[in-house]
Amino acid sequence: MISIKHVSKSFGTLKVLENVSLEVPRSHVYALIGPSGAGKSTLIRTINALEGIKAGEIHVDGVSIHSPRTNINKTRADIGFVFQSFNLYPHLTALQNVTVSPINVKKINLKEAADKGKELLASLGLHDKFDSFPGQLSGGQQQRVAIARSLAMDPKVMLFDEPTSALDPEMIKEVLDAIRKLATTGMTMIVVTHEMGFAREICNQIVFMADSKIVEVAPPKEFFGAPKTERAQDFLSKVLNH
Amino acid sequence: MGYRTDWSVVPESLDILLKGVLLTLEISIIALMISIAIGVIAGLLRVSKSKPLAFLATCYVEFVRGIPLLVLLIWIYFGLGRFFRLGAYWAAIIGLAVFSGAFVAEIVRAGIQAVPKGQMEAARSSGMSYYQAMRLIILPQAFRKVLPPMASQFIILIKDSSLVSTISAADLTLNAKNLVAYNFRSFEIWTAVAFLYFAMTFTLSMIIRHFEHKYKVVE
Ligand SMILES: Nc1ncnc2c1ncn2[C@@H]1O[C@H](COP(=O)(O)OP(=O)(O)OP(=O)(O)O)[C@@H](O)[C@H]1O
Ligand SMILES: [Mg+2]
Repeated sequence: MISIKHVSKSFGTLKVLENVSLEVPRSHVYALIGPSGAGKSTLIRTINALEGIKAGEIHVDGVSIHSPRTNINKTRADIGFVFQSFNLYPHLTALQNVTVSPINVKKINLKEAADKGKELLASLGLHDKFDSFPGQLSGGQQQRVAIARSLAMDPKVMLFDEPTSALDPEMIKEVLDAIRKLATTGMTMIVVTHEMGFAREICNQIVFMADSKIVEVAPPKEFFGAPKTERAQDFLSKVLNH
Repeated sequence: MGYRTDWSVVPESLDILLKGVLLTLEISIIALMISIAIGVIAGLLRVSKSKPLAFLATCYVEFVRGIPLLVLLIWIYFGLGRFFRLGAYWAAIIGLAVFSGAFVAEIVRAGIQAVPKGQMEAARSSGMSYYQAMRLIILPQAFRKVLPPMASQFIILIKDSSLVSTISAADLTLNAKNLVAYNFRSFEIWTAVAFLYFAMTFTLSMIIRHFEHKYKVVE
């Protein structure tokens, strides 16, 4: 479903991705973990072309993302992206945040978009927040609105860049629960996360990145039980022992 | 000094002064509308990815901001007026609009750049084109951020419009000049004029404050 082949990228002289390859099959959930500065955000942002690439190829459901012939707006509508900092539109209500793209990009009529938006918000526990503005919502609620906003486009894949890192501890669970629920519907996902428990529990594979490269890809049991590379052992000993 | 004030000239001249007020308002409001259009377009060009267009917009802004409005009005009235039959009325409007547009462009640019980068990224991620993202997400937020500086700019525009009297547009200032030339009551007439300009700018302030309040965003 998501196919990354030999992707490289630099910011100026700084190499951020070096010959990165990864295949994510349909309905699989991959966790992307690794130390700060490893290139996780950059990698996930190349999948919907928020970042360009210097070499390699990325396909999502067969569409070549970085080909100049691809209609990128149309393709992005199929790829949900959830940001660490939510990036909700502060001038629109929760419901308008969710419906603005279906109405303007997919040209779905107002009534249908609103019905679907309400259903999505309600399914994420936000049935009484339709008319709230983002500034009136807690971080956890905002992130759930952001997830609903992505889902409203009926995406084929969902990408999450540290969806819980900006949240207070008591709100992390509600967002992770939403992602967990999404996983059971068969959505293909890549989640950049520092939540090791979550990664272990719901992800099919753990992708470990360090120093601009993918160092290890393994199922959670193997990865957390017996990481093969020294770099991963080192990382795990740091994150699991505090 | 032997100047004895006589305020009775003010009510006597009021119809002429109010005619001037009407023309000042008319010229200012039309110039304001055009300057918003110019300013939004030039502001958008300044943040656009197209280097030549951004450069062109920058030239316009820097050039116009650097010259006196008086000179611009005279260029347009006497210069442009040679090729097109522009009356003082339209020369005044165009001059004010082009002048104010440069300042509005800067305000618009600053407003757009004050919207966090994540907003454009979120909008583009959901499939919006650059143009849709600007129209639906960025500009509405920029609009709220620029209301206060925009209000100042429009107050300046109304006061600047007094310069159109130099190209013989019969605004409040020109009518006042003519009255004073006839009755020599400069202190009374100009005080009345000051009051009238203040009444216009204060009303505008109040209107904009109302909008500011109405479109306030909780962040
Ligand atoms: N726009 C940019 N311009 C220049 N350098 C950048 C830019 N974005 C990221 N970088 C650099 O690229 C490297 C990888 O950054 P990236 O954000 O992908 O790391 P990350 O793995 O997501 O880290 P974190 O866990 O801190 O989010 C870092 O060294 C970072 O400083
Ligand atoms: Mg990151």
